Amino acid sequence: MGIDAGMWKLAGSSSSSSTCRRFHASSLGGSSGEVKALVVDDSRINQMLHHKLLDNLGVENLVVCNGKEAVDIHVSGKQFDLILMDIDMPVMNGIEATRKLRDMGIRSVITGISSHTLDHVKQEFIAAGIDEYHEKPLTSAKLLSILNKIKHKD
Amino acid sequence: MGFVRKTALPLWLLGWGAEFLLADMSHLLALLFHQGVLDEQFLHLRQLQDETSPNFVYEVTSIYFRESENLLMNLKLLLTEKEHSDYTKIKVHVNQIMGSSSSIGANRIRNACVAFRAVSDQHNRVGCLRALELLEKEYNYLKNKLHEFFQIEQQRSLAARARYPLPN
Repeated sequence: MGIDAGMWKLAGSSSSSSTCRRFHASSLGGSSGEVKALVVDDSRINQMLHHKLLDNLGVENLVVCNGKEAVDIHVSGKQFDLILMDIDMPVMNGIEATRKLRDMGIRSVITGISSHTLDHVKQEFIAAGIDEYHEKPLTSAKLLSILNKIKHKD
Repeated sequence: MGFVRKTALPLWLLGWGAEFLLADMSHLLALLFHQGVLDEQFLHLRQLQDETSPNFVYEVTSIYFRESENLLMNLKLLLTEKEHSDYTKIKVHVNQIMGSSSSIGANRIRNACVAFRAVSDQHNRVGCLRALELLEKEYNYLKNKLHEFFQIEQQRSLAARARYPLPN
């Protein structure tokens, strides 16, 4: 796509977080190169981690800081095969964002990722419309299994 | 025979030192794993490091320490400033430290957060203060050890370059 993998770009977003950055990563031509992913997480550490994981697998990916930005980016017309959605985020949390995206007719695979172990929170997340749930942290193995499911789904 | 001016040591000796420093790094990591301070997630983090992101682990852990420091400070204020603590805010901060600790493999800090969350759910102020003390102790231990680790890594990198200097 013409942009070097791992390049950071300061987003002039409407996010409440002034330190929110968007990562753009071009496909590295790997086997997952056709898949596009959106990382939705307010934690900078997890943003870096998930961005790097996806990057290493050759998955084109974008990172946003909260649920509202995830919804807004879809409203702008962008589409993704995979959305990695955190639960606890400012402005709009992952449960609400998932609900809104499903109401909008977004059929992307939404994987809920959180450190919550409370059953009722997980159930609420599933009821909102996620396809699967993983405990943090996400590893290469977990991500590969998610990506394989997407490929077989297609 | 070439010499590195500052150390006045022959290049071949400095280069040999890279192996010893690598051993030091391995021993330190093994100790931290054995003590349960780190878990396999830290290894996953190291595996992500490559030529496109050669300082990935250092960058991620630096952000972790910076953010955790602020969160710990906030927790202290929440528990000491007012007569009645805001346990909702306390839980949010503890969850944040717990989440990021899981992400870098800081196992004992994560466990300390689990214990902290339990006493915070009970609105037990004394328990929370004790939990915070333990959390700070674990945090400082990890911070010191990783600082040591990255220092050795840096020295090893320098030593390796001395062994295989670039041609003029």
